[in-house]
Amino acid sequence: MRFTLNGTAVALDVVGTRRLLDVLREDLYLTGTKEGCGEGECGACSVLIDGEVVDSCLVAVGQVEGRNVVTVEGLASQDGKLSQLQQAFIEHGAAQCGICTPGMLLAAHVLLQQAKRLSAADVREGLAGNLCRCTGYTKIIDAVLACTK
Amino acid sequence: MHEVSYLRPRNLAEALQLYRTTSGCRLLAGGTDLMVMLQARTLRPEPRALLDVWSLPELKGVRRLNEAVEIGAAESYTAIIRSPDVQRDLPALVAAARTIGAAQIQNRGTLGGNLANASPAGDTLPVLLAYDAVVVTDRRSIAIDKFFTGYRKTALQADELITAVRFSLGRQVEFRKVGTRAAQAISKIVMAVSRRPARIAIGSVAEVPLRARGAEAALERNDVEGAIAAVAEDIRPIDDVRSTAAYRRAVTQNVLQDLLRVSAR
Amino acid sequence: MSDTTATVGRSVPRREGGDKVTGRARYTDDLAISGAWFGKTIRSTVPRGRIRSITLDPAFDWRRVVLVTADDIPGDNVVQLIRDDQPVLAPKGGEIRHKEEPILLLAAADRDTLEEAISHIRIEYDTAEPVYLIDKATEVFSTVEIRKGKVLEEVEDVEVVVERTFRVGLQEQLYIEPQGAIAIPERDGSIKVIGSLQCPYYVHRALKRALRLSDAEAVVIQAETGGGFGGKEEYPSIVAVHAALLARKAGRPVRLIYDRHEDLAATTKRHPGVIKHRTAVKKDGTLLAQDIEIVLDGGAYCTLTPVVLSRAAIHAAGAYSCPNVRIRARAVATNTPPNGAFRGFGAPQSLFAAELMVEHVAERLGMSSVDLRRQWMLRLGDTTATGQVLTESVGSELVLDAALNAAAPLRRADVPTCRRGRGLSLVFHGSGFTGSGEKKLQGTIGFEALADGTFRILTASTEIGQGTKTIFCQLAADALGVGLDKVVLAPQDTSLVPDSGPTVASRTAMIVGRLVQEAATEVKERLKREKAPLRVEKSYIQPDSIHWDENTYRGDAYPVYAWACTIADVEVDITTGEVRVTDLVTAVDCGKALHPVMAEGQIEGGCLQAVGWATIEEIKMKDGGYQNDRLATYLIPTALDAPRIRTILVENPYSRGPFGAKGIGELPMDGPAPAIIAAIHDAIGVWLDEIPATPEKVLAACASR
Repeated sequence: MRFTLNGTAVALDVVGTRRLLDVLREDLYLTGTKEGCGEGECGACSVLIDGEVVDSCLVAVGQVEGRNVVTVEGLASQDGKLSQLQQAFIEHGAAQCGICTPGMLLAAHVLLQQAKRLSAADVREGLAGNLCRCTGYTKIIDAVLACTK
Repeated sequence: MHEVSYLRPRNLAEALQLYRTTSGCRLLAGGTDLMVMLQARTLRPEPRALLDVWSLPELKGVRRLNEAVEIGAAESYTAIIRSPDVQRDLPALVAAARTIGAAQIQNRGTLGGNLANASPAGDTLPVLLAYDAVVVTDRRSIAIDKFFTGYRKTALQADELITAVRFSLGRQVEFRKVGTRAAQAISKIVMAVSRRPARIAIGSVAEVPLRARGAEAALERNDVEGAIAAVAEDIRPIDDVRSTAAYRRAVTQNVLQDLLRVSAR
Repeated sequence: MSDTTATVGRSVPRREGGDKVTGRARYTDDLAISGAWFGKTIRSTVPRGRIRSITLDPAFDWRRVVLVTADDIPGDNVVQLIRDDQPVLAPKGGEIRHKEEPILLLAAADRDTLEEAISHIRIEYDTAEPVYLIDKATEVFSTVEIRKGKVLEEVEDVEVVVERTFRVGLQEQLYIEPQGAIAIPERDGSIKVIGSLQCPYYVHRALKRALRLSDAEAVVIQAETGGGFGGKEEYPSIVAVHAALLARKAGRPVRLIYDRHEDLAATTKRHPGVIKHRTAVKKDGTLLAQDIEIVLDGGAYCTLTPVVLSRAAIHAAGAYSCPNVRIRARAVATNTPPNGAFRGFGAPQSLFAAELMVEHVAERLGMSSVDLRRQWMLRLGDTTATGQVLTESVGSELVLDAALNAAAPLRRADVPTCRRGRGLSLVFHGSGFTGSGEKKLQGTIGFEALADGTFRILTASTEIGQGTKTIFCQLAADALGVGLDKVVLAPQDTSLVPDSGPTVASRTAMIVGRLVQEAATEVKERLKREKAPLRVEKSYIQPDSIHWDENTYRGDAYPVYAWACTIADVEVDITTGEVRVTDLVTAVDCGKALHPVMAEGQIEGGCLQAVGWATIEEIKMKDGGYQNDRLATYLIPTALDAPRIRTILVENPYSRGPFGAKGIGELPMDGPAPAIIAAIHDAIGVWLDEIPATPEKVLAACASR
């Protein structure tokens, strides 16, 4: 099967019913995508498929055939320069233990792509599928809103 | 332990062919329930293959047909929420879809999946009941109130595939979900109510999403108090990990009262 | 050119922030270890009984897996902690004391083989009658009694006595990274364990004991750790010993990574408890006597329960000055999975009761509870329940004023089915270990000046999200007068770093951070005369002014206290009983904010954990197990549920803290729950005595009014 991963074409010989999460972590060694629950509750395994945020634990890898997948490893530029959002996460203290951070960044990245101007309520709704136990979310929301200015 | 193979048909005809001829085959759409059970090895009977209908073009799209709106069975909740037709004509469905999980689940979950899964807690199912939606399959149309036949059981035949859900227009439906938290929660009770005709549909209060017939009859007579009293008899709630029977009974009555007040405005 | 501007008090970028936002940070399960097998723990399905038989179905080829039983334990079959009551693996014929108790360990080359093997194991039990309820429990893990002045009955001039009983529920830490460890056997017989953990030397001691290893033969390395909150204080010892036993027998590395279900079902929770208060006052509010009884449920094994109970008891009288206090506390055993460390460590439980008691007394006297707090609160020179005279950094009034000034006027509800209300709490929390704990431990750090002009801090204190890595470097850089880029923290690897003690008890910044500051200062002095490389070690020395008698529970329970006032606004839907916390303001006396953004972040995170504990985090028991054993059933607040939390940092320096800092890691867990319950009362006029205040309880309370 073939798909685009972080801008690069990938060809794999894998069983299509395996979880996208496992293929990313175990076959492609992209361990930035985390497993927090394995049942679509915590969002730690969030990735983008064709620009929409999904839980990669709920996606059979066969379902990304021909699609465009982005993981946390694809957020910085090729030369390693952090995105504005990644930079804001560091500056605002949005990452503490960091385990929810990759998924949170991807969910927030999608929000920031929207044309509309985001309110704090929009950000809360957009990040409601990503659990964080360290921050109380306040710093995360501040970081995302800082990128709308 | 055997490997579960992955089948990806190109079109509906091929999907139906494969579904008929592959033994131990389960349909895969957004995967929000199926993939959890596959991983936990709790699917019974153990599947041999997953037939991926997620991308079938025939199962996508929101179509306006005269006095009806038809939504493809594999259309995502996100697409439903964003559809101007659904927003205008079926606002209660938008409201229900927005309470399902959060962005990640809304991007993958589908009406077809919610129906086929037939969970008594399925968030869209009371809305479908309140709109008298029709489940369209590859071979027939099934009235929604004939669709749920028992706990997680449906009227679908073994090789029957849901292709769309059809809603007739011109009905005002109010929706309310009570969960433990604001997002990512399975409901304690979930309700959709139409005043005219009288439809009171409730989830998480019985083994199936149900129509509260006694309450509807009272409402038909414009007897609001009677409806609120009767609904407690219509439902069969239980104590479980999410709530208690007593709470569900009380809140069903309170929420019904609330929704009838809103719909009276 | 290194920037030598002072960094303490500035929110510099988190040291490992870049790794965390790019996915480069490596957590335990992210580590690729070649040849590693997958491990799994087989657990009891009964709450109490004995193992009658373990049958391995011959239909399965058992050569495909490695199986470890209690007979394979080379050392003591004991999880090293306080009391030697918990086995590493229940032996055949041995007693089972709770559901999910580890019995066997399995490892295989792949997960499918592992699952297949598990399905061919049958364990039979002779069951016994389990004990679940606190009131039915007969076995006592520990007791604490604190006495100050007279008992309530003997006190004169009492005009009013208010009595009330409170209950608090189980709570899961819910770090987002589940427990996990990878054990790697080395050719020389030593074993290296890499894991998700807070306390490398706890794990080190547990490995030495169970596997009969020398100091050098047991090596423990902390991987990047995805949250702990106490949940990775003692439990990782079990995971690590299990992984090591499998690796030793398999002769190859073994990964033992819990999935969320196993983590929820088997690992420790916050102690539930019952706290009964009687408070005697005069009609003018004068506080005369407090009589408090605490019972905590320790679960099946002792774990850290006596220490949790101790902290609960010491904080039980609240942040108030009372001449006559009696606190009697006991922790009992039940046939439920053991409870253990969780942020706050008993104090949130007892402070919940103490704070609501202020509300009840105020209501009875017809006074404002804020005025009553002002009248009662501990001030400089006052004496606590243990007889400790507070000699410095007492921020009670500062935080109360700061929170009151910051809170916006409460908006009343405009929807007919909705009621709004506001509640307040005032709490304190001892920083560092209790009593002589720090003296006994003598936490030690190393500090090196390297030949290339850089410096290295050697400590076993772990970064678990709270900022250890960053603030230690800030403290060292400022003490040395060098730029942050000149200082690094050595890995938390027991073969490299000395034992600076566990990363618990709000002690890391204040106690270990102070050692870092002192060591750096000493190195700076020595570099005036000597050349790098050089190394110093610093150990904690208890100041002579601190006196504690652990037999009588009299004296200086903590070196200092941190203080917080929290104001919670809630919205209660009277049709459903749902409670939403809409706004939370918390003012915290932290001594000195070493890194304001991280301090705020830690406080906000702690507050939201407390909001969850107070409202939606519920665990229902069934047959001695948790019904809420998946993330679909154990619910914590999402971004949509969380209020915007506003933190006000009040700086009220402590003379022996680094740059004046006090420990605040646990404090934010203490205040929100009672404030929320008071706010619910303000909204709907009903007092709840039990948390979580689920909609079921709120609605029932409304109905019974």
